[in-house]
Amino acid sequence: MKKLINAPDEVLLDALAGVAAAHPSLSVNVEERYITRAGGPTPGKVSLVSGGGSGHEPLHGGFVGYGMLDAAGPGEVFTSPVPDQILAATKAVNAGAGVLHIVKNYTGDVLNFQMAAELAGDEGVQVEAVVVNDDVAVENSTWTAGRRGTGATVFIEKIVGAAAERDADLATAAGLARQVNDRSRSFGVALTPCTVPAAGKPGFELGEDEIELGVGIHGEPGRTRGKLVTAREIAGIALEAIHTDMPLSGETLVMVNGLGGTPLIELYVVFAAVAEWLKGHGVTIARSLVGNYITSLEMAGCSVTVCKLTPQLTELWDAPVNTPALRWGR
Amino acid sequence: MDVSTFRTWIAEATQLVVDNADHLTHLDAAIGDADHGINLRRGFQAAQAMLDETAPTTPGAVLTTVGRALISKTGGASGPLYGTGFRQAGKTLGEDLEVSPIQLGAALQAALAGIQQLGAAAEGDKTMVDALIPAVSAYQAVIDTGGDLPEATRAAAEAAARGLQATIGLSARKGRASYLGPRTIGHEDPGAASTVLILQALANATGPAVERAAS
Repeated sequence: MKKLINAPDEVLLDALAGVAAAHPSLSVNVEERYITRAGGPTPGKVSLVSGGGSGHEPLHGGFVGYGMLDAAGPGEVFTSPVPDQILAATKAVNAGAGVLHIVKNYTGDVLNFQMAAELAGDEGVQVEAVVVNDDVAVENSTWTAGRRGTGATVFIEKIVGAAAERDADLATAAGLARQVNDRSRSFGVALTPCTVPAAGKPGFELGEDEIELGVGIHGEPGRTRGKLVTAREIAGIALEAIHTDMPLSGETLVMVNGLGGTPLIELYVVFAAVAEWLKGHGVTIARSLVGNYITSLEMAGCSVTVCKLTPQLTELWDAPVNTPALRWGR
Repeated sequence: MDVSTFRTWIAEATQLVVDNADHLTHLDAAIGDADHGINLRRGFQAAQAMLDETAPTTPGAVLTTVGRALISKTGGASGPLYGTGFRQAGKTLGEDLEVSPIQLGAALQAALAGIQQLGAAAEGDKTMVDALIPAVSAYQAVIDTGGDLPEATRAAAEAAARGLQATIGLSARKGRASYLGPRTIGHEDPGAASTVLILQALANATGPAVERAAS
């Protein structure tokens, strides 16, 4: 294992120290492990809190700031945060209008956020939780933990963050988050596995000419394994899977997201193929995002996320945002 | 059983989890996300530290303290699940200074109920419940037929181990492993494996004194 770390058990704390040193716009509570806006909560505004295992940077800490999150609670690498830290973050940013928890659908995240929400409720903080589950690679049946939350999380944090700045109330913000979730689908492909620092070895093995189809963001193996094919074919596999699940049409927001170990030039190669496929199916790319936004440590590969836009969603997407990882219009 | 027996149980469990952390993580790497051993080691070490610091005086308080520490420090799904199990078990024991084998049986039942309520896992889903259900039944069967505590806890540990073996043939339906579905067949469930360790620790802590000294 070759990594730029000081010690495997100190990665999270060292990274939080780095976030604090690099971004004066953020306030990092290293003791209780949460990140908030340096300016504190905005009185009367619904606050957005998200969190999850670390190793997905810039998600979630990089999305704390005007127009997106009010707080993020990072867990250990690939491990959901604990209830105490989510509770502390929730209380820290509660500005009287309630707090929206944006939770990716993983058993650990859901359980820990649920416990935090109950504790916050006991202390009089109104919390509503929205569970993100956009990954079409997982069959959505009563026999699984349900679909994973992946790329749509970025869309929800941005769009609902914009609405919250415009004084959307808690119920409206939660409804909007569910709407974006319902209109978004993702599919991921890995070219290499990744290594959790504390584990020291890769989560799975892949041959030189093999790819893992339908991966999540935690170095877990996907549903099937295939031969390495062209970027055009990979884009086709991802979009077919998405289109089969949610027929695509009209104006869309499209993200080609790097999983951490893939250079931007390859992501653009994939985006070209995605654009070609969508055009061929009569789908318009109205807005797009290409880069590393929700990663899986150093895993090579990408995920494709598509959201079917409405005029309101487009307008909220375009609204000003000012965070370390996403910034425009202000 | 008094408070010292319960402290011994947790100390033994912590030791077994620490000794087997790499193995648990290895099991998790095959079908999950390679952190079960790392998380549980952190959780049990925190529980042990909290017990040393707060020195609870009743068996019930020992277990609720452990539960709280596991929820606060473990992360993942196993933290809330084991934490809830220990807390429910502890609450069942109330303030009693001395706990009977029948009470321990009720505590184990309560732990199982709490874990199942939170995680919504049924037998056969390839989870910790597949080790815990047979263990609780085996414990109860020994007590109901007039067996003593060492026999009952030994039977529980052995039933859990058999339950773990049976998870190898199962396809996961809960937790992160469920994303892999049929690809999980052929692997032991990491949560069932850690449940075996915790029940093994209980058997060690309540077993015959001679056996304990020898082990």
